[in-house]
Amino acid sequence: MDDVDRRLVNALQGGFPIAERPYAEVAKMLGLAEAEVIERLAALREAGVLSRFGPMYDAERLGGAVTLCAMAVPEERFEAVAAIVNGFPEVAHNYARAHALNMWFVLAVERPEQIAATIARIEVATGLEVLNLPKLDEYFLELKLTA
Amino acid sequence: MALSAADRRLLAAIETGLPLVPRPFLVVGERIGLTEAEVIEGLRSLLARGVLRRLGIVVRHHELGYRANAMTVWDVPDEMVRDAAARLVALPFVTLCYRRPRRLPLWPYNLFCMIHGRDRARVEAEIEEATRAAGLMGLPRAVLFSRRRFKQQGARYTAGWPAQGEAGWTTSIAGS
Repeated sequence: MDDVDRRLVNALQGGFPIAERPYAEVAKMLGLAEAEVIERLAALREAGVLSRFGPMYDAERLGGAVTLCAMAVPEERFEAVAAIVNGFPEVAHNYARAHALNMWFVLAVERPEQIAATIARIEVATGLEVLNLPKLDEYFLELKLTA
Repeated sequence: MALSAADRRLLAAIETGLPLVPRPFLVVGERIGLTEAEVIEGLRSLLARGVLRRLGIVVRHHELGYRANAMTVWDVPDEMVRDAAARLVALPFVTLCYRRPRRLPLWPYNLFCMIHGRDRARVEAEIEEATRAAGLMGLPRAVLFSRRRFKQQGARYTAGWPAQGEAGWTTSIAGS
């Protein structure tokens, strides 16, 4: 990843134009050629730096729901439990964190009632309690990193 | 919010990612029988209605060198949360901030904030700065650095919808 890639990533985290030639608009903003923007994005996607390039939804407005869950997993079972949890398609991401509650994952579902049902299934599958920590208020939206 | 069948088709058609070609909305339209202008109009309407937050990219922080990812939480008296959160989100290094329920006795914390950084020492200094700036000194606090990321995959909201595309991406839904 070079400086041009970094500028491109930074520019696109703020949004992507909805226009006939969106890559050309981005290119103009950055002083690049349209083809170069497309090639660089393809390479970044290939390299796994871009995890997503497209629509960012508001899950609630689409009728879906998202929540954060935490579990206290015994160290000796950690790998096995991680495999079970990650096997649920509703689990969008999952992090090991340094705390007694050591597994933190996000559930994303199409309908709000699926949250409780999915948590119940994960509890049955793992034999462990899942704490449901839905957001009550959100104070900031964008996850914007300087590349 | 009521979404029309056309809205759903359009969302499903872009869910796997925008085509990397000079006129991506033309290609999207061809997949679902719309003109380029109809696709552009439809997406602008979804943005205006707030269904789409934006089009854009999400980066994998780890691949970008952001190895230190700290979920910092405090137990803040409920009446202080809003003020403290407003101060936290004003800091340039705070990327996300939420109020969530306490789950006693295991989890007494109600204010969550994410700080991502390239190195741990700097993130630790930023956590101290955030604690001071938000007036949270002396309140119960925990810092949960991530040790491993197991999965970072896209949330899908259009499964079962007509003209569903194959979702291959990942997202950083608020809450990571």
